[in-house]
Amino acid sequence: MLQTIAGILIFLVQLNLSAQNIRVCNDCEIKTLQAGIAYAQPGDTIWIEKGIYKEHEIVINKPLTLIGKDFPVIDGEMIGEIIRIESDSVTIDGLFIKNVGTSYTSDFAAIRIKRSKHFLIQNIKLETLFFGIYLEKSDNGIVRNNYIKGNAKVEYQSGNGIHLWHCKNVQVLNNKIYNVRDGIYFEFVYNSLVQGNVSKHNLRYGLHFMFSNDDEYKGNFFEDNGAGVAVMFSKNIKIENNTFKKNKGAASYGLLLKEINDATILNNIFQENTIGTYLEGCNRITYANNNLLQNGWALKMMGACFENKFIHNNFIGNTFDVSYSGGNTSDNRFDYNYWSEYTGYDLDKDGIGDVPFRPVKLFSYITTKVPESIILIRSSFVDLVNFSEKVSPVFTPEHVFDSFPSMNKF
Amino acid sequence: MFKIFKYSLSDLLRSSWSYFYLSFYLLLGFGLLFFNPDVSKSVITLMNVIVVFSSLIAVVFGIMYYYNSREFIELLLAQPIKRSDIFIGQYMAVSVSLSLSLLLGVGIPFLVYGVADADLIKKFLVLMAAGVFLNFIFVAVAYNIALYHENRIKGFSYAILFWLFMTLIYDGLFLVSLMTFKEYPLEKASLVATLFNPIDLSRILILLQLDISALMGYTGAIFKSFFGTTFGFLIAVSCLSLWVIVPVSNLRRKGNKKDF
Repeated sequence: MLQTIAGILIFLVQLNLSAQNIRVCNDCEIKTLQAGIAYAQPGDTIWIEKGIYKEHEIVINKPLTLIGKDFPVIDGEMIGEIIRIESDSVTIDGLFIKNVGTSYTSDFAAIRIKRSKHFLIQNIKLETLFFGIYLEKSDNGIVRNNYIKGNAKVEYQSGNGIHLWHCKNVQVLNNKIYNVRDGIYFEFVYNSLVQGNVSKHNLRYGLHFMFSNDDEYKGNFFEDNGAGVAVMFSKNIKIENNTFKKNKGAASYGLLLKEINDATILNNIFQENTIGTYLEGCNRITYANNNLLQNGWALKMMGACFENKFIHNNFIGNTFDVSYSGGNTSDNRFDYNYWSEYTGYDLDKDGIGDVPFRPVKLFSYITTKVPESIILIRSSFVDLVNFSEKVSPVFTPEHVFDSFPSMNKF
Repeated sequence: MFKIFKYSLSDLLRSSWSYFYLSFYLLLGFGLLFFNPDVSKSVITLMNVIVVFSSLIAVVFGIMYYYNSREFIELLLAQPIKRSDIFIGQYMAVSVSLSLSLLLGVGIPFLVYGVADADLIKKFLVLMAAGVFLNFIFVAVAYNIALYHENRIKGFSYAILFWLFMTLIYDGLFLVSLMTFKEYPLEKASLVATLFNPIDLSRILILLQLDISALMGYTGAIFKSFFGTTFGFLIAVSCLSLWVIVPVSNLRRKGNKKDF
């Protein structure tokens, strides 16, 4: 028994001692990453000196650490996939990867992590890519501080910046992603954290996730994405302190929620989006302390939304504050929000308006029924009908109102 | 014609009404920019005022001026002057004086507060152009109504009714018909319907210059893709021009035939 333990210890010590540093550079003995990886023993560190390495199909099949000095360039020459990780405990740090091949049958990525655990991908710069960092059935890893700049022109010829499929416990932190198809894409990803990322000017979604439960999204910044941010079919998610800005267009949303249950959406900023937040089939969402500024529609609620709570939000300068369709779903609550459109009074000076506020205007009800009527926006007639509807509601849903509208901004 | 225009204009420019109107716009312009330094937002507020208010003033002032200067017109008719010159000259004078009030009254505050940004200048120019068009259109209609109706009360009511129709009733009917035919594709129909109403048309032209247009979703995008192009813009401008040309030519025709 003792012998075995001693044997293992000695083996471990040897393993540790034998971990060596391998240098790869254009005029070293080892000139390519592939050669370096083939030469290396598990646990080794490969140092890649500054230079240009024209390689693709680099397969990392043992626990290694790859560190680039001054961002050596890995040029895939538009042929295919560049780095594929098929082993646990791999670290890649400080590379400049470019020219990933485009394929319509397989999703070529700059870095693909396949069925691996405990990986760390950081400080990578990616340019001219198809897919960027592609995680496939991989758990317990970190993807951070990467810079991804694509040149996506059409949806079917482009890939996603950071793509996760069937992963658990992954952290996606402080990445900057521009001009790809979907900035960050999650499908079947659980218990993961997305924090401090910037996702801008993407062709489709800034962030897109489906069937991903128990995830947290904090302090991210999404701006000018083709369709904004769309999240679907997920449970127990937290969306906090994010900024959704300037997602404008025919089918563009600050945040689109479809079939989302038990989520908390707190302290976010929705500014100048066509639709600030869109909800469809969402239940038990707590939507609080958000700022909705200058959106076309601040909140658009479609059918099958129950027991959602909207509390302490600021609705300022939106063309329509709330648009509501889907019948008599009376248990969504709007309370203690600040509405810049509120014209009531506060006689007892407690900061809460004495008259309830009805955020659904008649015109927003009409535009939901007949979208073309939007052409009459800001017409005097529309102002008139809005006013008369406000005085005595007939068409707008009677149960959608804020009984305690705040007089002051939060 | 130019002589009549000159005399009428100098008469109008000396009247206290013009100064009152000018000072109203000055006050509005300075007030808006003082309380809301965001010029883009001020343009939206100004749009509502210009589209609704300046067209009302144009129609009322136009009809009042005609009725007030009736004796003067009769005196002129006794002179060897072409009839159409008298009416067109007066019409031009009223429209130009109202437009001057608008341009100066809104332009000066904007210049003082500095509209330097090229993008803003464009918005501002569209706003002003729409305002000037509305002045010319509504004064022309007022003159038409006045020529057809000797009875001042009747003429005045018709003028107000016309304004009311264009600002409120038309949009009401428009909306009701959209609701009625909502099963059908209505984008084109609503585009066409807009072209028939100068107030709607100017409102849309100004709105499309502002960011708000991008926020109006799918149908908003369709309207933008029509009016936002040079072609759509030209169509809109030529429709506005038609709104000036048709009443003015009728004014000419009626003026030549009218029995005083």
